[in-house]
Amino acid sequence: MFVRALADEGVDILFGYPGGAVLHIYDALYQQEEIQHILVRHEQAATHAADGYARATGKPGVVLVTSGPGATNAVTGIATAYLDSIPLVVFTGQVPTSLIGNDAFQEVDSVGITRPCVKHNFLVKDLADLTETIKKAFYVATTGRPGPVVVDIPKDITAERGEYHYPAEVSMRSYNPVVKGHIGQVKRAVELMMTAKRPMLYTGGGVILDNASDELTEFSRLMNFPTTNTLMGLGAYPATDRQFVGMLGMHGTYEANMSMHHCDVLIAIGARFDDRVTGNIEKFCPTAKIIHVDIDPASIAKNVKVDIPIVGGVKAVLEDMIKVIKGSSQQADKDALADWWKQIEEWRSMDCLKYDQSSGLIKPQMVIEKLYDVTNGDAYVTSDVGQHQMWAAQYYKFDQPRRWINSGGLGTMGFGLPAAMGVQLAFPDATVACVTGEGSIQMNIQELSTLKQYGLPIKVVTLNNGYLGMVRQWQEFFYAGRYASSYMESLPDFVKLAESYGHIGIQVTKPEDVEGALREAVKVRDRVVFLDILTDREENVYPMIPAGAGLNEMILV
Amino acid sequence: MRHIISILIENEAGALSRVSGLFSARGYNIESLTVAPTNDSSLSRMTLVTRGTDEIIEQITKQLNKLVDVVKLQDMTEGEHLEREMMLIKLRASSLQEREEVKRFSDIFRGRIIDTSDDTYTIEVTGSSSKLDAFLENLTKITVMELVRSGVIGIARGEKTLSL
Repeated sequence: MFVRALADEGVDILFGYPGGAVLHIYDALYQQEEIQHILVRHEQAATHAADGYARATGKPGVVLVTSGPGATNAVTGIATAYLDSIPLVVFTGQVPTSLIGNDAFQEVDSVGITRPCVKHNFLVKDLADLTETIKKAFYVATTGRPGPVVVDIPKDITAERGEYHYPAEVSMRSYNPVVKGHIGQVKRAVELMMTAKRPMLYTGGGVILDNASDELTEFSRLMNFPTTNTLMGLGAYPATDRQFVGMLGMHGTYEANMSMHHCDVLIAIGARFDDRVTGNIEKFCPTAKIIHVDIDPASIAKNVKVDIPIVGGVKAVLEDMIKVIKGSSQQADKDALADWWKQIEEWRSMDCLKYDQSSGLIKPQMVIEKLYDVTNGDAYVTSDVGQHQMWAAQYYKFDQPRRWINSGGLGTMGFGLPAAMGVQLAFPDATVACVTGEGSIQMNIQELSTLKQYGLPIKVVTLNNGYLGMVRQWQEFFYAGRYASSYMESLPDFVKLAESYGHIGIQVTKPEDVEGALREAVKVRDRVVFLDILTDREENVYPMIPAGAGLNEMILV
Repeated sequence: MRHIISILIENEAGALSRVSGLFSARGYNIESLTVAPTNDSSLSRMTLVTRGTDEIIEQITKQLNKLVDVVKLQDMTEGEHLEREMMLIKLRASSLQEREEVKRFSDIFRGRIIDTSDDTYTIEVTGSSSKLDAFLENLTKITVMELVRSGVIGIARGEKTLSL
């Protein structure tokens, strides 16, 4: 009944790992062909893979794990999805209802453990509730501000038989997410924009989640406003467009952060004023009136005071804004905008992302630029967490949404490889690269085995500097170079490791070999190519805003 | 400022922990929390008392509204409302003088003596939290043996209701 409900929900891929409490379900999966089950090597990877699938496709990712350790292993992936508002439905097996609360074998309170890191969760206590609960889980996960939903199913429920009915739709009196924004607020916002001398468009992951990139691009071009994306929003606005000033925040570009700091009207769309974006909140956008569009009312006025809040779906609100602008008798202040752009171009001419290549060492930034060239800017790029993540975000120019896939909110090392797996399964013909470091990759490296089993040709681009680079960078800046536990001793031979899993491993030690190795990697279509690229060990991520500083107080070199 | 927030929530297992978990996870304080079913058996009504700046209270109400099980919510403090809390208090009352003193206090605060023994009086007092606080503050000469407070419940005055 469970499996049939998933098929009726339109689930095509299920990421999971079997165990005692879910054996009935696995038996049912064995006897059907509609849903492909991907057997991961660790439950955390199942959630990340489903997450990657969801980010790349916009459809919910679906996971099945067993009770106890199966559920607890999945928690990191659930929390990762929660912080980035990714729709996941995670089914956890549970001990039979008669044993719940008994400290039974492989029993944990999965609903209790996951409660703070899910949008909602359910425990199914009666077979009669099963299909409706599944429907509700998908409904809650995918509507409003999306997020992960956990459904805990005791083993005896999966053994029972009953009359099957899958509801076509479901409504919940306590859950009614808004879609349309208040039109009066939209009009007020547009009026304010028309008076702006130094406007700034700051957009985030919400634009991607609501598939509103086209609307954002139209809106931005209509107004000729400078546009920045958050780490989660990269690709929402084309990075190669003139109006794009780069990513903002702790490792954002000089022009993006300076434009933020000096703007007089800030239009925040589907972004949540995260601390990595605002820097010191006291010094944030000191002269700006703020318009904030978000589907989640709790995101508005959480961190900063907002002058014009608009609660609504980003897409619907942008559509309304475009209509109002087109129908308005007012015009944006063209002269002021020209002056503003002149100032921004001056900031841009600082070329804050330039780096010195004279050392003869492989620069990590160069690797990302080459990856961009070799893949024609058209790859899906997942990343782990650390310096390599920032370099990928800074140097790979994402022109399309859903191409940049990283753990922005929770910052989960070990995310990249399984996420790439989910992306590749969704798009078998696409080029999928996982930009990682020698630290992060080891946190879910066992998935090389899964990738082999399903013949998934991920390009693992390891920027190996022998350090936990971001930790080392902070220790260099703020702990007087005391590199406590940031040096990874006893690294494995990644080439042999990849080969032992049946993949191809290539170590790259010279700058001139980087491009060739990447080209080689892109050609391979039946297995992973693991590039172990030995990069400049001391390179840091710039620009950088130190803790407590404002957006205009960047360290540039 | 002190706020009384009333919540109608689905009467389901775990609903209470969703609310209390939200408060602990986000570092909001709860002064009191009461919960019981309503005349609609599918709904529980929760009343919680919290303190915070306007910004924090706004976040609290938004975050509560975001909980999928929360059906409806009202910040009682925003309008005219009635507030009640019940206290049961067991006092040492051995001597005649003590017994008279306790009885006198009880009368002043419209309390009721609901149980006695040779050496104790148990009193029920109902009212706003501040009235109960005042009662306690005045009991300087009497030994409090045990005290239990119900936490605050509240209801809006007039036509205004918190219902479906």
